Amino acid sequence: MQVHQQVSEYSDAIDLMVNMGPQHPSTHGVFRLVIWVDGERIVKVEPHIGYLHRGSEKICESEQYSQIVTLFDRLDYVGNLNNELAFCLAVEKLTETVVPERAEYIRVILCELNRIASHMLFYGVYGLDAGATTPMLYGFRERERVQELFESVTGARMMHNYIRIGGVKEDVPDDFDENVLVLLDHLKRGIDECDRLLSQNEMFLARTKGVGIITGEDALDYGVTGPALRASGVIEDVRVTDPYSIYSRFDFGIPVGSNGDCWDRYYVRVEEMRESIKIVEQAISDIPNGDISAKVRRIIRPPVGEVFVRTESPRGDLGVFLVSDGSDKPYRVKVRPPSFANLQALEYMLKDTYIADAVLVLGSIDIIMGEVDR
Amino acid sequence: MPMRESSNISSKREIKAPVVREYLDQRGENLHKILKESISDFPGAEISVSIDMVTVKIDSVQLVKICEFLKYTEKFGFDYLSCITVVDYEEDQERFEMIYHLISIRLHHKMAIKVSLPSNDPTVPSVLGVWKSADWFEREAHDLFGIEFEGRENLPPLLLYEGFEGYPGRKSYPFHDYGEW
Repeated sequence: MQVHQQVSEYSDAIDLMVNMGPQHPSTHGVFRLVIWVDGERIVKVEPHIGYLHRGSEKICESEQYSQIVTLFDRLDYVGNLNNELAFCLAVEKLTETVVPERAEYIRVILCELNRIASHMLFYGVYGLDAGATTPMLYGFRERERVQELFESVTGARMMHNYIRIGGVKEDVPDDFDENVLVLLDHLKRGIDECDRLLSQNEMFLARTKGVGIITGEDALDYGVTGPALRASGVIEDVRVTDPYSIYSRFDFGIPVGSNGDCWDRYYVRVEEMRESIKIVEQAISDIPNGDISAKVRRIIRPPVGEVFVRTESPRGDLGVFLVSDGSDKPYRVKVRPPSFANLQALEYMLKDTYIADAVLVLGSIDIIMGEVDR
Repeated sequence: MPMRESSNISSKREIKAPVVREYLDQRGENLHKILKESISDFPGAEISVSIDMVTVKIDSVQLVKICEFLKYTEKFGFDYLSCITVVDYEEDQERFEMIYHLISIRLHHKMAIKVSLPSNDPTVPSVLGVWKSADWFEREAHDLFGIEFEGRENLPPLLLYEGFEGYPGRKSYPFHDYGEW
Protein backbone atom coordinates (compact mmCIF):
# COMPACT_ATOMS: atom_id res chain seq x y z
CA MET A 1 0.00 0.00 0.00
CA GLN A 2 1.44 3.36 -1.00
CA VAL A 3 0.63 6.47 0.97
CA HIS A 4 0.85 9.98 -0.43
CA GLN A 5 0.13 13.23 1.26
CA GLN A 6 -1.67 15.97 -0.54
CA VAL A 7 -3.93 18.90 0.14
CA SER A 8 -7.51 17.94 -0.57
CA GLU A 9 -10.09 20.10 -2.26
CA TYR A 10 -12.63 19.06 0.34
CA SER A 11 -11.29 20.43 3.60
CA ASP A 12 -8.51 22.62 4.87
CA ALA A 13 -6.89 19.75 6.70
CA ILE A 14 -4.18 17.78 4.96
CA ASP A 15 -5.79 14.58 3.71
CA LEU A 16 -4.20 11.34 2.88
CA MET A 17 -4.49 9.64 -0.46
CA VAL A 18 -4.31 5.88 -0.10
CA ASN A 19 -3.80 3.74 -3.15
CA MET A 20 -5.28 0.26 -2.94
CA GLY A 21 -4.42 -2.17 -5.68
CA PRO A 22 -4.13 -3.20 -8.45
CA GLN A 23 -2.21 -5.97 -6.72
CA HIS A 24 -3.89 -5.96 -3.35
CA PRO A 25 -4.97 -9.32 -1.88
CA SER A 26 -8.51 -8.13 -1.15
CA THR A 27 -9.39 -6.43 -4.41
CA HIS A 28 -10.76 -9.65 -5.96
CA GLY A 29 -8.75 -9.37 -9.12
CA VAL A 30 -6.86 -6.53 -10.68
CA PHE A 31 -8.80 -3.55 -9.44
CA ARG A 32 -7.38 -0.27 -8.22
CA LEU A 33 -9.11 1.99 -5.76
CA VAL A 34 -7.78 5.42 -4.84
CA ILE A 35 -9.15 6.59 -1.52
CA TRP A 36 -8.93 10.07 -0.01
CA VAL A 37 -9.30 9.98 3.73
CA ASP A 38 -9.84 12.64 6.33
CA GLY A 39 -8.50 10.94 9.45
CA GLU A 40 -10.17 7.53 9.38
CA ARG A 41 -13.12 8.66 7.30
CA ILE A 42 -13.34 8.26 3.54
CA VAL A 43 -13.93 11.54 1.72
CA LYS A 44 -13.84 10.34 -1.84
CA VAL A 45 -12.94 7.24 -3.81
CA GLU A 46 -11.94 6.77 -7.41
CA PRO A 47 -12.17 3.27 -8.89
CA HIS A 48 -9.83 2.41 -11.75
CA ILE A 49 -10.72 -0.56 -13.91
CA GLY A 50 -9.58 -1.94 -17.24
CA TYR A 51 -6.53 -3.94 -16.19
CA LEU A 52 -8.15 -7.08 -17.57
CA HIS A 53 -9.65 -5.58 -20.71
CA ARG A 54 -9.24 -8.16 -23.47
CA GLY A 55 -11.69 -6.73 -25.98
CA SER A 56 -13.98 -9.76 -25.73
CA GLU A 57 -16.83 -8.00 -27.52
CA LYS A 58 -14.58 -7.15 -30.43
CA ILE A 59 -13.20 -10.68 -30.63
CA CYS A 60 -16.80 -11.97 -30.83
CA GLU A 61 -17.26 -10.07 -34.09
CA SER A 62 -14.64 -12.20 -35.83
CA GLU A 63 -15.78 -15.59 -34.53
CA GLN A 64 -18.62 -17.82 -35.66
CA TYR A 65 -21.62 -18.08 -33.37
CA SER A 66 -20.77 -21.51 -32.02
CA GLN A 67 -17.21 -20.43 -31.22
CA ILE A 68 -18.29 -17.52 -29.05
CA VAL A 69 -19.59 -19.71 -26.22
CA THR A 70 -16.01 -20.25 -25.05
CA LEU A 71 -15.43 -16.50 -24.84
CA PHE A 72 -18.44 -16.10 -22.59
CA ASP A 73 -16.95 -18.68 -20.24
CA ARG A 74 -14.10 -16.31 -19.64
CA LEU A 75 -16.15 -13.26 -18.72
CA ASP A 76 -17.53 -14.24 -15.35
CA TYR A 77 -15.13 -17.05 -14.57
CA VAL A 78 -16.97 -18.05 -11.40
CA GLY A 79 -20.44 -18.27 -12.91
CA ASN A 80 -19.41 -19.72 -16.28
CA LEU A 81 -22.50 -21.77 -17.05
CA ASN A 82 -24.81 -18.84 -16.45
CA ASN A 83 -22.80 -16.80 -18.93
CA GLU A 84 -22.88 -19.54 -21.56
CA LEU A 85 -26.62 -19.78 -21.09
CA ALA A 86 -27.13 -16.06 -21.65
CA PHE A 87 -25.37 -16.12 -25.01
CA CYS A 88 -27.06 -19.32 -26.18
CA LEU A 89 -30.48 -17.93 -25.25
CA ALA A 90 -29.79 -14.83 -27.33
CA VAL A 91 -28.86 -16.86 -30.43
CA GLU A 92 -31.77 -19.22 -29.90
CA LYS A 93 -34.18 -16.31 -29.67
CA LEU A 94 -32.80 -14.87 -32.88
CA THR A 95 -32.97 -18.15 -34.79
CA GLU A 96 -36.22 -19.28 -33.09
CA THR A 97 -34.68 -22.57 -32.04
CA VAL A 98 -36.76 -24.72 -29.69
CA VAL A 99 -34.55 -26.41 -27.12
CA PRO A 100 -35.55 -29.97 -26.09
CA GLU A 101 -37.04 -30.37 -22.62
CA ARG A 102 -34.24 -32.54 -21.29
CA ALA A 103 -31.62 -29.97 -22.29
CA GLU A 104 -33.61 -27.20 -20.57
CA TYR A 105 -33.71 -29.19 -17.34
CA ILE A 106 -30.00 -30.02 -17.48
CA ARG A 107 -29.25 -26.34 -18.08
CA VAL A 108 -31.34 -25.19 -15.13
CA ILE A 109 -29.85 -27.79 -12.77
CA LEU A 110 -26.29 -26.91 -13.70
CA CYS A 111 -26.90 -23.15 -13.66
CA GLU A 112 -28.42 -23.28 -10.21
CA LEU A 113 -25.58 -25.44 -8.91
CA ASN A 114 -23.22 -22.93 -10.48
CA ARG A 115 -24.99 -20.18 -8.56
CA ILE A 116 -24.44 -22.10 -5.32
CA ALA A 117 -20.76 -22.61 -6.16
CA SER A 118 -20.39 -18.91 -6.92
CA HIS A 119 -22.09 -17.83 -3.71
CA MET A 120 -19.98 -20.33 -1.75
CA LEU A 121 -16.88 -18.68 -3.14
CA PHE A 122 -18.31 -15.32 -2.09
CA TYR A 123 -19.04 -16.68 1.37
CA GLY A 124 -15.51 -17.93 1.87
CA VAL A 125 -13.80 -14.87 0.50
CA TYR A 126 -16.08 -12.52 2.39
CA GLY A 127 -15.20 -14.22 5.63
CA LEU A 128 -11.56 -13.74 4.71
CA ASP A 129 -12.20 -10.05 3.97
CA ALA A 130 -13.67 -9.68 7.45
CA GLY A 131 -10.59 -11.29 8.96
CA ALA A 132 -11.94 -14.79 9.57
CA THR A 133 -9.96 -17.61 7.93
CA THR A 134 -12.20 -20.55 8.81
CA PRO A 135 -15.23 -19.66 6.59
CA MET A 136 -12.91 -19.74 3.58
CA LEU A 137 -12.11 -23.39 4.24
CA TYR A 138 -15.77 -24.32 4.63
CA GLY A 139 -16.89 -22.31 1.60
CA PHE A 140 -14.27 -23.86 -0.63
CA ARG A 141 -15.08 -27.35 0.65
CA GLU A 142 -18.70 -26.99 -0.46
CA ARG A 143 -17.71 -25.38 -3.73
CA GLU A 144 -15.35 -28.25 -4.41
CA ARG A 145 -18.24 -30.73 -4.24
CA VAL A 146 -20.09 -28.81 -6.95
CA GLN A 147 -16.95 -28.53 -9.05
CA GLU A 148 -16.50 -32.29 -8.88
CA LEU A 149 -20.00 -32.82 -10.25
CA PHE A 150 -19.30 -30.30 -13.02
CA GLU A 151 -16.14 -32.16 -13.87
CA SER A 152 -18.03 -35.43 -14.19
CA VAL A 153 -20.63 -33.82 -16.47
CA THR A 154 -18.70 -31.32 -18.57
CA GLY A 155 -15.14 -32.59 -18.29
CA ALA A 156 -13.83 -29.28 -16.97
CA ARG A 157 -13.82 -27.59 -13.60
CA MET A 158 -14.17 -24.00 -14.77
CA MET A 159 -14.20 -23.37 -18.52
CA HIS A 160 -16.98 -25.82 -19.33
CA ASN A 161 -18.09 -24.96 -22.88
CA TYR A 162 -20.99 -27.32 -22.14
CA ILE A 163 -24.12 -25.32 -22.94
CA ARG A 164 -24.32 -25.05 -26.71
CA ILE A 165 -26.66 -23.26 -29.07
CA GLY A 166 -29.74 -25.48 -29.28
CA GLY A 167 -29.05 -27.60 -26.21
CA VAL A 168 -26.07 -29.01 -24.38
CA LYS A 169 -22.88 -30.71 -25.57
CA GLU A 170 -23.66 -34.27 -24.52
CA ASP A 171 -25.96 -36.15 -22.21
CA VAL A 172 -25.18 -36.32 -18.50
CA PRO A 173 -23.53 -39.48 -17.12
CA ASP A 174 -25.75 -42.37 -15.98
CA ASP A 175 -25.23 -41.71 -12.28
CA PHE A 176 -26.01 -37.99 -12.59
CA ASP A 177 -29.34 -38.12 -10.74
CA GLU A 178 -27.92 -39.98 -7.74
CA ASN A 179 -24.85 -37.75 -7.68
CA VAL A 180 -26.97 -34.61 -7.65
CA LEU A 181 -29.16 -35.95 -4.84
CA VAL A 182 -26.10 -36.84 -2.75
CA LEU A 183 -24.61 -33.43 -3.53
CA LEU A 184 -27.80 -31.62 -2.50
CA ASP A 185 -27.80 -33.51 0.75
CA HIS A 186 -24.22 -32.42 1.44
CA LEU A 187 -24.91 -28.84 0.35
CA LYS A 188 -27.96 -28.47 2.57
CA ARG A 189 -25.95 -29.44 5.61
CA GLY A 190 -23.01 -27.40 4.36
CA ILE A 191 -25.05 -24.22 3.92
CA ASP A 192 -26.56 -24.60 7.40
CA GLU A 193 -23.11 -25.14 8.83
CA CYS A 194 -21.72 -22.09 7.05
CA ASP A 195 -24.69 -20.04 8.15
CA ARG A 196 -24.20 -21.03 11.80
CA LEU A 197 -20.48 -20.40 11.59
CA LEU A 198 -20.46 -16.80 10.41
CA SER A 199 -23.84 -15.10 10.02
CA GLN A 200 -24.56 -14.37 13.67
CA ASN A 201 -20.96 -14.06 14.81
CA GLU A 202 -20.77 -10.99 17.01
CA MET A 203 -17.61 -9.60 15.49
CA PHE A 204 -18.88 -10.21 11.97
CA LEU A 205 -22.13 -8.41 12.84
CA ALA A 206 -20.20 -5.48 14.28
CA ARG A 207 -18.16 -5.19 11.13
CA THR A 208 -21.01 -5.49 8.60
CA LYS A 209 -24.26 -4.26 10.16
CA GLY A 210 -25.04 -0.72 9.10
CA VAL A 211 -21.94 -0.43 6.91
CA GLY A 212 -22.07 0.67 3.29
CA ILE A 213 -25.80 1.36 3.21
CA ILE A 214 -27.52 2.03 -0.10
CA THR A 215 -31.26 2.62 -0.47
CA GLY A 216 -33.31 0.72 -3.02
CA GLU A 217 -34.05 3.80 -5.05
CA ASP A 218 -30.41 4.88 -5.29
CA ALA A 219 -29.32 1.33 -6.04
CA LEU A 220 -31.69 1.22 -9.02
CA ASP A 221 -30.49 4.61 -10.19
CA TYR A 222 -26.91 3.34 -10.18
CA GLY A 223 -27.98 0.24 -12.10
CA VAL A 224 -27.24 -2.16 -9.25
CA THR A 225 -28.89 -5.56 -9.76
CA GLY A 226 -28.90 -9.03 -8.31
CA PRO A 227 -28.34 -9.82 -4.63
CA ALA A 228 -26.96 -6.31 -4.02
CA LEU A 229 -30.24 -4.76 -5.19
CA ARG A 230 -32.44 -7.26 -3.37
CA ALA A 231 -30.55 -6.54 -0.14
CA SER A 232 -31.90 -2.99 -0.40
CA GLY A 233 -35.47 -4.28 -0.38
CA VAL A 234 -36.28 -4.20 -4.10
CA ILE A 235 -38.01 -7.37 -5.27
CA GLU A 236 -36.38 -8.00 -8.63
CA ASP A 237 -35.19 -11.29 -10.00
CA VAL A 238 -35.13 -11.83 -13.75
CA ARG A 239 -35.96 -15.51 -13.20
CA VAL A 240 -39.32 -14.40 -11.81
CA THR A 241 -40.12 -11.00 -13.31
CA ASP A 242 -39.00 -11.76 -16.89
CA PRO A 243 -38.68 -15.56 -16.91
CA TYR A 244 -36.34 -17.21 -19.39
CA SER A 245 -35.66 -20.91 -20.09
CA ILE A 246 -38.09 -22.92 -17.94
CA TYR A 247 -37.81 -20.99 -14.68
CA SER A 248 -41.54 -20.18 -14.62
CA ARG A 249 -42.25 -23.85 -13.81
CA PHE A 250 -40.44 -23.88 -10.50
CA ASP A 251 -41.58 -22.74 -7.13
CA PHE A 252 -38.98 -20.68 -5.30
CA GLY A 253 -38.74 -17.47 -3.32
CA ILE A 254 -36.79 -14.25 -3.74
CA PRO A 255 -34.83 -13.45 -0.57
CA VAL A 256 -34.98 -9.71 0.11
CA GLY A 257 -33.08 -7.65 2.67
CA SER A 258 -34.34 -4.54 4.43
CA ASN A 259 -31.39 -2.29 5.30
CA GLY A 260 -29.19 -2.50 2.22
CA ASP A 261 -26.04 -2.83 4.29
CA CYS A 262 -23.15 -5.26 3.94
CA TRP A 263 -24.74 -7.88 6.18
CA ASP A 264 -27.94 -7.89 4.11
CA ARG A 265 -25.97 -8.29 0.91
CA TYR A 266 -24.16 -11.21 2.53
CA TYR A 267 -27.24 -12.88 3.94
CA VAL A 268 -29.36 -12.54 0.78
CA ARG A 269 -26.76 -14.73 -0.90
CA VAL A 270 -26.87 -17.35 1.85
CA GLU A 271 -30.66 -17.52 1.54
CA GLU A 272 -30.41 -17.60 -2.24
CA MET A 273 -28.38 -20.79 -2.06
CA ARG A 274 -31.26 -22.43 -0.20
CA GLU A 275 -33.72 -21.30 -2.89
CA SER A 276 -31.41 -22.64 -5.60
CA ILE A 277 -31.44 -26.01 -3.87
CA LYS A 278 -35.25 -25.97 -4.03
CA ILE A 279 -35.10 -25.37 -7.79
CA VAL A 280 -32.59 -28.18 -8.34
CA GLU A 281 -34.71 -30.56 -6.25
CA GLN A 282 -37.81 -29.83 -8.33
CA ALA A 283 -35.89 -30.04 -11.60
CA ILE A 284 -34.18 -33.34 -10.80
CA SER A 285 -37.48 -34.95 -9.81
CA ASP A 286 -39.16 -34.28 -13.17
CA ILE A 287 -36.28 -34.31 -15.63
CA PRO A 288 -37.59 -36.06 -18.75
CA ASN A 289 -35.79 -38.39 -21.13
CA GLY A 290 -35.21 -37.44 -24.74
CA ASP A 291 -32.94 -35.41 -26.95
CA ILE A 292 -30.29 -33.15 -25.51
CA SER A 293 -29.96 -30.82 -28.46
CA ALA A 294 -32.12 -29.38 -31.20
CA LYS A 295 -31.06 -29.90 -34.78
CA VAL A 296 -28.80 -26.94 -35.37
CA ARG A 297 -26.73 -26.29 -38.48
CA ARG A 298 -23.01 -26.52 -38.00
CA ILE A 299 -22.60 -22.97 -39.26
CA ILE A 300 -25.37 -20.82 -37.87
CA ARG A 301 -26.63 -17.90 -39.93
CA PRO A 302 -29.37 -16.13 -37.98
CA PRO A 303 -31.83 -13.80 -39.72
CA VAL A 304 -31.08 -10.08 -39.86
CA GLY A 305 -32.14 -8.45 -36.63
CA GLU A 306 -31.33 -7.48 -33.08
CA VAL A 307 -32.05 -9.25 -29.85
CA PHE A 308 -31.60 -8.35 -26.20
CA VAL A 309 -31.74 -11.09 -23.60
CA ARG A 310 -31.71 -10.67 -19.83
CA THR A 311 -30.74 -13.44 -17.46
CA GLU A 312 -30.08 -13.64 -13.76
CA SER A 313 -26.43 -14.52 -13.26
CA PRO A 314 -25.11 -15.05 -9.70
CA ARG A 315 -24.11 -11.39 -9.64
CA GLY A 316 -27.21 -9.85 -11.16
CA ASP A 317 -28.85 -8.89 -14.41
CA LEU A 318 -26.66 -10.24 -17.20
CA GLY A 319 -27.76 -8.87 -20.56
CA VAL A 320 -26.61 -9.91 -24.01
CA PHE A 321 -27.34 -7.74 -27.03
CA LEU A 322 -26.75 -9.28 -30.45
CA VAL A 323 -26.90 -7.62 -33.85
CA SER A 324 -26.97 -10.03 -36.77
CA ASP A 325 -26.42 -9.05 -40.40
CA GLY A 326 -27.31 -12.47 -41.72
CA SER A 327 -23.77 -13.78 -41.95
CA ASP A 328 -22.17 -16.50 -39.86
CA LYS A 329 -20.56 -14.00 -37.51
CA PRO A 330 -22.38 -11.49 -35.33
CA TYR A 331 -22.19 -7.86 -36.39
CA ARG A 332 -22.05 -6.66 -32.80
CA VAL A 333 -22.11 -8.36 -29.43
CA LYS A 334 -22.64 -6.30 -26.32
CA VAL A 335 -22.52 -7.78 -22.87
CA ARG A 336 -24.21 -5.97 -20.05
CA PRO A 337 -22.15 -7.27 -17.14
CA PRO A 338 -23.81 -7.04 -13.73
CA SER A 339 -20.56 -6.43 -11.82
CA PHE A 340 -19.69 -3.47 -14.05
CA ALA A 341 -22.85 -1.60 -13.09
CA ASN A 342 -22.74 -2.76 -9.47
CA LEU A 343 -19.23 -1.41 -9.09
CA GLN A 344 -20.42 2.08 -10.03
CA ALA A 345 -22.32 2.25 -6.76
CA LEU A 346 -19.14 1.65 -4.74
CA GLU A 347 -18.47 5.37 -4.69
CA TYR A 348 -21.86 5.96 -3.07
CA MET A 349 -21.56 3.10 -0.59
CA LEU A 350 -18.08 4.09 0.60
CA LYS A 351 -18.87 7.74 1.21
CA ASP A 352 -18.41 8.61 4.89
CA THR A 353 -17.49 5.10 5.99
CA TYR A 354 -14.26 4.22 7.75
CA ILE A 355 -11.26 3.20 5.71
CA ALA A 356 -11.13 -0.12 7.55
CA ASP A 357 -14.53 -0.97 6.04
CA ALA A 358 -13.52 -0.28 2.44
CA VAL A 359 -12.48 -3.87 1.82
CA LEU A 360 -15.70 -5.21 3.36
CA VAL A 361 -17.93 -2.96 1.27
CA LEU A 362 -16.03 -3.86 -1.88
CA GLY A 363 -16.28 -7.55 -1.01
CA SER A 364 -20.02 -7.34 -0.42
CA ILE A 365 -20.67 -6.31 -4.04
CA ASP A 366 -18.95 -9.53 -5.16
CA ILE A 367 -17.24 -8.30 -8.29
CA ILE A 368 -15.49 -10.45 -10.89
CA MET A 369 -12.99 -8.41 -12.84
CA GLY A 370 -13.14 -10.65 -15.91
CA GLU A 371 -16.69 -9.49 -16.33
CA VAL A 372 -16.14 -5.85 -15.42
CA ASP A 373 -13.32 -5.30 -17.93
CA ARG A 374 -14.34 -7.86 -20.56
CA MET B 1 3.60 -11.81 -37.88
CA PRO B 2 -0.13 -11.29 -38.49
CA MET B 3 -2.53 -13.50 -36.59
CA ARG B 4 -5.35 -15.40 -38.28
CA GLU B 5 -5.38 -13.93 -41.75
CA SER B 6 -8.34 -15.87 -43.10
CA SER B 7 -10.91 -14.80 -40.54
CA ASN B 8 -13.14 -12.85 -42.89
CA ILE B 9 -13.55 -15.31 -45.73
CA SER B 10 -17.05 -16.53 -45.05
CA SER B 11 -18.63 -13.20 -44.10
CA LYS B 12 -17.59 -11.62 -47.39
CA ARG B 13 -20.15 -13.65 -49.30
CA GLU B 14 -23.42 -11.84 -49.87
CA ILE B 15 -26.13 -13.78 -48.11
CA LYS B 16 -29.81 -13.01 -48.44
CA ALA B 17 -31.01 -13.77 -44.96
CA PRO B 18 -34.60 -13.52 -43.76
CA VAL B 19 -35.52 -10.81 -41.27
CA VAL B 20 -36.61 -11.81 -37.78
CA ARG B 21 -40.28 -12.14 -36.89
CA GLU B 22 -41.93 -9.91 -34.33
CA TYR B 23 -43.74 -11.36 -31.41
CA LEU B 24 -44.67 -9.13 -28.52
CA ASP B 25 -46.04 -10.56 -25.31
CA GLN B 26 -48.99 -9.05 -23.42
CA ARG B 27 -46.86 -6.48 -21.60
CA GLY B 28 -45.14 -5.51 -24.81
CA GLU B 29 -48.49 -5.03 -26.58
CA ASN B 30 -49.72 -2.76 -23.80
CA LEU B 31 -46.53 -0.74 -23.80
CA HIS B 32 -46.62 -0.42 -27.58
CA LYS B 33 -50.18 0.91 -27.35
CA ILE B 34 -49.62 3.55 -24.67
CA LEU B 35 -46.28 4.55 -26.16
CA LYS B 36 -47.85 5.15 -29.56
CA GLU B 37 -50.30 7.60 -27.98
CA SER B 38 -47.66 9.61 -26.12
CA ILE B 39 -44.98 9.56 -28.78
CA SER B 40 -46.78 12.18 -30.87
CA ASP B 41 -45.43 14.86 -28.50
CA PHE B 42 -41.99 14.15 -29.89
CA PRO B 43 -41.72 15.16 -33.55
CA GLY B 44 -39.71 12.75 -35.65
CA ALA B 45 -39.99 9.83 -33.24
CA GLU B 46 -40.64 6.46 -34.84
CA ILE B 47 -41.90 3.40 -33.04
CA SER B 48 -41.11 -0.11 -34.18
CA VAL B 49 -40.71 -3.63 -32.82
CA SER B 50 -37.58 -5.78 -32.85
CA ILE B 51 -38.46 -9.37 -31.90
CA ASP B 52 -39.95 -8.74 -28.43
CA MET B 53 -38.55 -5.27 -27.81
CA VAL B 54 -40.50 -2.07 -28.41
CA THR B 55 -38.05 0.36 -30.00
CA VAL B 56 -38.29 4.12 -30.40
CA LYS B 57 -36.04 5.91 -32.85
CA ILE B 58 -35.48 9.53 -31.94
CA ASP B 59 -33.40 12.53 -32.86
CA SER B 60 -30.42 13.15 -30.57
CA VAL B 61 -31.74 16.64 -29.68
CA GLN B 62 -34.77 15.14 -27.94
CA LEU B 63 -32.99 12.29 -26.20
CA VAL B 64 -32.82 13.77 -22.70
CA LYS B 65 -36.39 15.03 -22.94
CA ILE B 66 -37.83 11.62 -23.82
CA CYS B 67 -35.68 9.89 -21.21
CA GLU B 68 -36.99 12.17 -18.48
CA PHE B 69 -40.50 11.68 -19.78
CA LEU B 70 -40.19 7.89 -19.73
CA LYS B 71 -38.61 7.82 -16.29
CA TYR B 72 -40.93 10.18 -14.45
CA THR B 73 -44.30 9.41 -16.10
CA GLU B 74 -46.31 7.11 -13.87
CA LYS B 75 -47.50 4.70 -16.56
CA PHE B 76 -44.01 4.11 -18.01
CA GLY B 77 -41.81 4.31 -14.93
CA PHE B 78 -38.52 3.28 -16.58
CA ASP B 79 -36.51 3.52 -13.39
CA TYR B 80 -33.55 1.44 -14.55
CA LEU B 81 -31.20 1.94 -17.47
CA SER B 82 -29.85 -1.48 -18.29
CA CYS B 83 -27.13 -0.63 -20.76
CA ILE B 84 -25.93 1.67 -23.48
CA THR B 85 -24.67 0.05 -26.67
CA VAL B 86 -22.92 1.61 -29.63
CA VAL B 87 -23.21 -0.14 -32.98
CA ASP B 88 -20.81 0.94 -35.69
CA TYR B 89 -22.41 1.26 -39.14
CA GLU B 90 -19.63 3.55 -40.31
CA GLU B 91 -18.48 1.57 -43.32
CA ASP B 92 -21.68 1.29 -45.32
CA GLN B 93 -24.05 3.84 -43.76
CA GLU B 94 -21.67 6.41 -42.24
CA ARG B 95 -23.35 6.48 -38.89
CA PHE B 96 -23.20 5.19 -35.34
CA GLU B 97 -26.24 3.96 -33.51
CA MET B 98 -26.67 4.42 -29.77
CA ILE B 99 -29.08 1.98 -28.17
CA TYR B 100 -30.41 2.60 -24.67
CA HIS B 101 -32.09 -0.41 -23.08
CA LEU B 102 -34.62 0.66 -20.47
CA ILE B 103 -36.39 -1.56 -17.97
CA SER B 104 -39.14 -0.79 -15.54
CA ILE B 105 -38.60 -2.77 -12.37
CA ARG B 106 -41.95 -1.63 -10.99
CA LEU B 107 -44.11 -2.40 -14.04
CA HIS B 108 -41.96 -5.17 -15.57
CA HIS B 109 -41.69 -3.89 -19.09
CA LYS B 110 -38.75 -3.08 -21.30
CA MET B 111 -37.97 -1.00 -24.33
CA ALA B 112 -35.09 0.43 -26.32
CA ILE B 113 -34.32 3.94 -27.53
CA LYS B 114 -32.22 4.35 -30.66
CA VAL B 115 -30.32 7.43 -31.69
CA SER B 116 -28.48 7.71 -34.98
CA LEU B 117 -25.29 9.77 -35.06
CA PRO B 118 -23.35 10.92 -38.12
CA SER B 119 -19.91 9.32 -38.16
CA ASN B 120 -18.11 12.62 -38.79
CA ASP B 121 -19.51 14.16 -35.59
CA PRO B 122 -20.69 11.49 -33.15
CA THR B 123 -21.98 13.75 -30.38
CA VAL B 124 -24.95 12.90 -28.19
CA PRO B 125 -26.37 14.53 -25.05
CA SER B 126 -25.44 12.75 -21.83
CA VAL B 127 -28.22 11.02 -19.90
CA LEU B 128 -26.20 10.98 -16.69
CA GLY B 129 -28.64 13.47 -15.18
CA VAL B 130 -31.51 11.02 -15.66
CA TRP B 131 -29.89 7.74 -14.62
CA LYS B 132 -26.61 7.61 -12.71
CA SER B 133 -25.90 4.18 -14.19
CA ALA B 134 -25.15 5.89 -17.51
CA ASP B 135 -21.82 7.07 -16.10
CA TRP B 136 -19.52 4.15 -16.92
CA PHE B 137 -21.46 3.03 -19.95
CA GLU B 138 -20.92 6.46 -21.51
CA ARG B 139 -17.27 6.45 -20.59
CA GLU B 140 -16.94 3.02 -22.18
CA ALA B 141 -18.62 4.29 -25.37
CA HIS B 142 -16.21 7.23 -25.37
CA ASP B 143 -13.22 4.93 -24.93
CA LEU B 144 -14.04 2.28 -27.47
CA PHE B 145 -16.00 4.23 -30.08
CA GLY B 146 -15.02 7.85 -29.63
CA ILE B 147 -18.55 9.04 -28.95
CA GLU B 148 -18.59 12.54 -27.44
CA PHE B 149 -21.12 13.38 -24.74
CA GLU B 150 -22.47 16.89 -24.39
CA GLY B 151 -21.95 18.08 -20.86
CA ARG B 152 -19.15 15.60 -20.18
CA GLU B 153 -15.98 16.94 -21.71
CA ASN B 154 -12.50 15.52 -21.10
CA LEU B 155 -13.64 12.08 -20.03
CA PRO B 156 -10.71 10.10 -18.60
CA PRO B 157 -10.20 6.63 -20.07
CA LEU B 158 -12.02 3.85 -18.24
CA LEU B 159 -11.16 0.54 -19.88
CA LEU B 160 -8.09 1.66 -21.84
CA TYR B 161 -4.91 3.15 -20.47
CA GLU B 162 -3.95 6.81 -20.58
CA GLY B 163 -2.61 7.88 -23.94
CA PHE B 164 -4.16 5.04 -25.95
CA GLU B 165 -4.47 6.02 -29.60
CA GLY B 166 -7.56 5.20 -31.64
CA TYR B 167 -10.95 3.66 -30.92
CA PRO B 168 -10.62 -0.13 -30.75
CA GLY B 169 -14.36 -0.83 -30.77
CA ARG B 170 -14.83 0.54 -34.27
CA LYS B 171 -14.91 -1.72 -37.29
CA SER B 172 -12.21 0.42 -38.89
CA TYR B 173 -9.72 -0.30 -36.11
CA PRO B 174 -7.06 -2.71 -37.39
CA PHE B 175 -7.81 -5.77 -35.32
CA HIS B 176 -5.76 -8.52 -36.92
CA ASP B 177 -2.78 -6.46 -37.96
CA TYR B 178 -0.79 -6.74 -34.78
CA GLY B 179 2.13 -9.07 -34.29
CA GLU B 180 2.64 -11.59 -31.54
CA TRP B 181 5.02 -10.63 -28.78
